[in-house]
Amino acid sequence: MILVNDRDEVRFHEGITVREVLDAMGYDWALLTVTVNETFVPPEEYRAYVVPDNADFKAMHLFHGG
Amino acid sequence: MINPHELFARNVPGSTEALQNAAVGLAGCGGLGSNVAVALARAGIGKLILADYDRVELSNLNRQHYFLSDVGKYKTEALSDHLRNINPQIKIELFIKKLAPADIITIFGQADVLIEAFDRAEAKQWLIETWSKAFPSRPIIVGNGLAGLGATESLIVRRMGHIWFCGDGFSDANIGLSAPRVGIVAMMQANVAIELLGKESHDTGQRPR
Repeated sequence: MILVNDRDEVRFHEGITVREVLDAMGYDWALLTVTVNETFVPPEEYRAYVVPDNADFKAMHLFHGG
Repeated sequence: MINPHELFARNVPGSTEALQNAAVGLAGCGGLGSNVAVALARAGIGKLILADYDRVELSNLNRQHYFLSDVGKYKTEALSDHLRNINPQIKIELFIKKLAPADIITIFGQADVLIEAFDRAEAKQWLIETWSKAFPSRPIIVGNGLAGLGATESLIVRRMGHIWFCGDGFSDANIGLSAPRVGIVAMMQANVAIELLGKESHDTGQRPR
């Protein structure tokens, strides 16, 4: 099981990628930041970066304002 | 002549020396950046690296730490003057420049902590990415979700590895910006920076997360 943002769970399977986790959560945001087990994952690696079982997965949508 | 011991006499014991030896980068000197800089200068931070290409406009005064007499000045220069009027000891490096990813390591490479204070979400994203690739464990503190009015209880800090997000995480600037919410998020960013640089939260006894 992959824990997403400390509250949601995505079922783990071997080879599951960041992109697949985002899709499973319905996160189709263009602007976001992702970490897996506290390690930053660059957007260009989402389709290749494999998420381990029991991972702490966090995704943050970015908004204008500063 | 200013007596630094008197200037920081009311600081939390033990925090002043750690802050005086620290450098903080500010990417942007608008609503977040100007208010973060003032808080850090008051706290006794040793060095600030300020970067912004913009000049102060009248429409900035509803939330940014500038005055009518600053309108038309570069934000970095006006802010430097204000900071030195608070803390004459502070070292300031300023860059009047529209930042791009290629600038980040050169400009902020010496910073112990980077404060993200951009207005546009696209810029927040490339700044987080550039910083994280260059310095995977060095903290970056991001303002994200600070628009609108009220709803103070929605403003929180979320940590994602070396990235700290301050704000509600959902409001967008297109609904308008108010001084209190922008200011609260800026103070949250400054507070996280001080906590990280001081290594320990002396007032609560809690360790940084």
